[in-house]
Amino acid sequence: MPVQSVYPALEPLLPLVRKPVQYVGGEVNSTVKQWDDTDVRWALFYPDAYEVGLPNQGIAILYEVLNEQPGVLAERTYSVWPDMERLMRDRGVPQFTVDAHRPVGAFDVLGVSFSTELGYTNLLTALDLAGIPLLSARRTAAHPVVMAGGHAAFNPEPIADFLDAVVLGDGEEAVLLVTERVRAWKLAGRPGGRDGLLASLAATGSVYVPRFYDVRYLADGQIDAVVPNRAGVPASVRKHTLLDLDAWPYPKAPVVPVAETVHERYSVEIFRGCTRGCRFCQAGMITRPVRERSITTIGKMVASGVAATGFTEVGLLSLSSADHSEINEIAVDLADCYEGTNTGLSLPSTRVDAFNVTLADELSRNGRRSGLTFAPEGGSERMRKVINKMVTEEDLIRTVTTAYSSGWRQVKLYFMCGLPTEEDADVLAIADLAKKVIAAGRQATGRRDIRCTVSIGGFVPKPHTPFQWAAQCAPDVVDARLRTLGAALRADRAYGKSIGFRYHDGPPSLIEGLLSRGDRRVAQVILAAWEDGARFDGWSEYFSFDRWVAAAERALAGQSVSLEWYTTRERDYGEALPWDHLDAGLDRDWLWDDWRSAVAPEGAGEVEDCRWTPCYECGVCPAMGTEIQTGPTGERLESRQVFADREERRLLPVLASGGR
Amino acid sequence: MIVSNSVVDGAEGTSPRSGTPNGDKPLPAVQHLLVRYAKRGKMRFASHRDVARAFERGVRRAGLPIAHSAGFTPHPKISYAGGAPTGVASEAEYLSLALTSRNDAAAVRERLNVALPDGIDVIDVAEDAGGLPASRLTASEWQVVLPGLSLDSVGPAVRRFLALEHAPVERLTNKGMRRMDARSAVVTIDVRGNVGDYGGTDDDAALRIVMRHTVPAVRPDDVLTALHEISGVTPTAPPLMTRLAQGSLGESGVVDP
Repeated sequence: MPVQSVYPALEPLLPLVRKPVQYVGGEVNSTVKQWDDTDVRWALFYPDAYEVGLPNQGIAILYEVLNEQPGVLAERTYSVWPDMERLMRDRGVPQFTVDAHRPVGAFDVLGVSFSTELGYTNLLTALDLAGIPLLSARRTAAHPVVMAGGHAAFNPEPIADFLDAVVLGDGEEAVLLVTERVRAWKLAGRPGGRDGLLASLAATGSVYVPRFYDVRYLADGQIDAVVPNRAGVPASVRKHTLLDLDAWPYPKAPVVPVAETVHERYSVEIFRGCTRGCRFCQAGMITRPVRERSITTIGKMVASGVAATGFTEVGLLSLSSADHSEINEIAVDLADCYEGTNTGLSLPSTRVDAFNVTLADELSRNGRRSGLTFAPEGGSERMRKVINKMVTEEDLIRTVTTAYSSGWRQVKLYFMCGLPTEEDADVLAIADLAKKVIAAGRQATGRRDIRCTVSIGGFVPKPHTPFQWAAQCAPDVVDARLRTLGAALRADRAYGKSIGFRYHDGPPSLIEGLLSRGDRRVAQVILAAWEDGARFDGWSEYFSFDRWVAAAERALAGQSVSLEWYTTRERDYGEALPWDHLDAGLDRDWLWDDWRSAVAPEGAGEVEDCRWTPCYECGVCPAMGTEIQTGPTGERLESRQVFADREERRLLPVLASGGR
Repeated sequence: MIVSNSVVDGAEGTSPRSGTPNGDKPLPAVQHLLVRYAKRGKMRFASHRDVARAFERGVRRAGLPIAHSAGFTPHPKISYAGGAPTGVASEAEYLSLALTSRNDAAAVRERLNVALPDGIDVIDVAEDAGGLPASRLTASEWQVVLPGLSLDSVGPAVRRFLALEHAPVERLTNKGMRRMDARSAVVTIDVRGNVGDYGGTDDDAALRIVMRHTVPAVRPDDVLTALHEISGVTPTAPPLMTRLAQGSLGESGVVDP
């Protein structure tokens, strides 16, 4: 039976809310299929506002992969802002998709992509508005399967009670696997009801169904064990790894928003994974190994993606884009192909070396060179060794000198505060570094109008990293160090006005820490905070630290655990971690040895990048049956390959963009 | 009000120019096209900035040889004029395109309609002298459907409004509270049944309002504010407003530009 659109009920609310266009859909490249022509239906949910969720690469990829399948329908849904939430509750309008305004509760699967833990309360809002019981245990065969993915889902335990299933790792093949299982279950007359479907998914070994596992606790609050509570469920669940990115050239034609969003560009992932081994970086640990997309595929994707969207900017995405084996050829050839067409190219430039500047120069040919960004992460050389970010002060000064000399006027430097073993002096070293950067820039250019911005936030230890055992730094310590740093930067008369200072307060990081390394008991904290009004916790204008502290005190009262227990406490080797049964392929002993090496009294050890120094010690490739996939291919792009014909090239008008 | 996006350089405040562009000079415009388009259905909720972005991308997707401004951040030469407010539909929006080679107007219309989102629909494309000065668009005719209101309740309110010399109203804008005289902008208001496909039900009353474009701009919702203040008439749901025509004021109403 067709499902009715909720648009007639929604439309009268739209004149009453901010930015109503975000709720209406109808974008170029959006897909609306007939409900009855399909038998497996996905609602893809990004738990943040449309302006943040629409450009999300993961959702864009899965939306296309699913909609290309016959008989499968995928629509998008986003978090509604509190003004709309109030009206929807008043008028009884349920959570809806923007594509055909169908009620989310009518779909087979609600797929949720978590880039950050601060979206957890937005999941509860969406479930509640959709009329789906918050607790997995209360749902029936009439409700969608609520399934999470994304980086934050590598420890889904704090939201395990609210989820039916979790997929770790790359989603492209996983959503097709799930689709087949859902289809088979529906065709067979839904044997076993809801549990029957979940059991079928769990039996694949690569879909985690939290409620098929029991967690036992020890008297001191630590986890004793996480064990399957039924037959046919694996003791640990493995992540998915997509091999051969050239065979999966998505997104081909992403949705072009009518509303303004945070990134307005066509993005192509030039490789997935990173093996630089930065010890704080969860993304670099859970996405191993490195898998490159070839220059030829990248060229084709850019050409058809730009033509299909009309975007004027192309983003070359990855965790460290300058590390592609043919990045120079990609940058030069694309810049050649698009010269004179008003198409800008950008890549997230975070590696600190002069080559990165050369690349940025190439990408900004003919354009304004406003700002370049580098991420040394640690202020002192000692600190950078602890996090395995091997950048010397000479490297940094040489890099910024090159940047200022080739016309860049502003350099942004990213740092973290509260790293393991950090002392006040390590953070204060950032001020010296920034001054040396300005001095070098003034000397290289003979100008005084160059600038340097220091951007710094609190470090949050993440699961599946060497720092997963670390004590998170207390927010008052972080704040005190940030204040001292700010004062040191401002106090200097010769440099102060050339240095900008941006920072994130410590307290929100503590809540992020609770949600990152929490276990199932944290669900009650999330629920309490949400019931008290927590929404859009990633937005400073909505986040309330006091609300979360109060929620933790209420929900954890009388237990042997607390907000501090989850965050500022260091863990031992022997402690069972909430995510130990979720397998990212990383060898636990390798992670532990790397952690001990990081904080060794005699100084931190260095881990090399396995792209250039073959090494299987992290364990991912042997455990997952994967291999590094890198070039070089030796291919080049010519405009006749990139463009179908000369005419098309002539018609593509180019905006050179600076690095971000 | 003319909103033109032919900004020369959107340089950030603290980033001085680092040199001059060393690319080729932009190709000159050889053809100007006046585009009449509609903002319909769900797209009535697009703001004029949303519509501008949609056109810039649509022009690229359609492969039209749009002219660009010179400078570090070249902008496509599209001039917009007096866009209908967010939430208000329109059958008579206008913009002007500058092209670097000559194109058949009807073919441009077809290509744009394929490339634009449904609801931002090109109605007509015509050769034009170029530019879109405010002097060409001085008045509009609006259809306003008033959900839940009958002709009997609206008619007297409108007669009282028309009998006034001034009808001061206030509206909160991005720049703060603005005061304006709703009466002075109104040429005629015709109260009628809700015919045509502009939303609402057959029982709803509808207004046809001919208004001059003024500074500050008086909008149809300002007239509704005045009607409400005069006689308390309040629709049961937000009114559905559509611009039917835009141009200059002639003997028998609004004349297309």
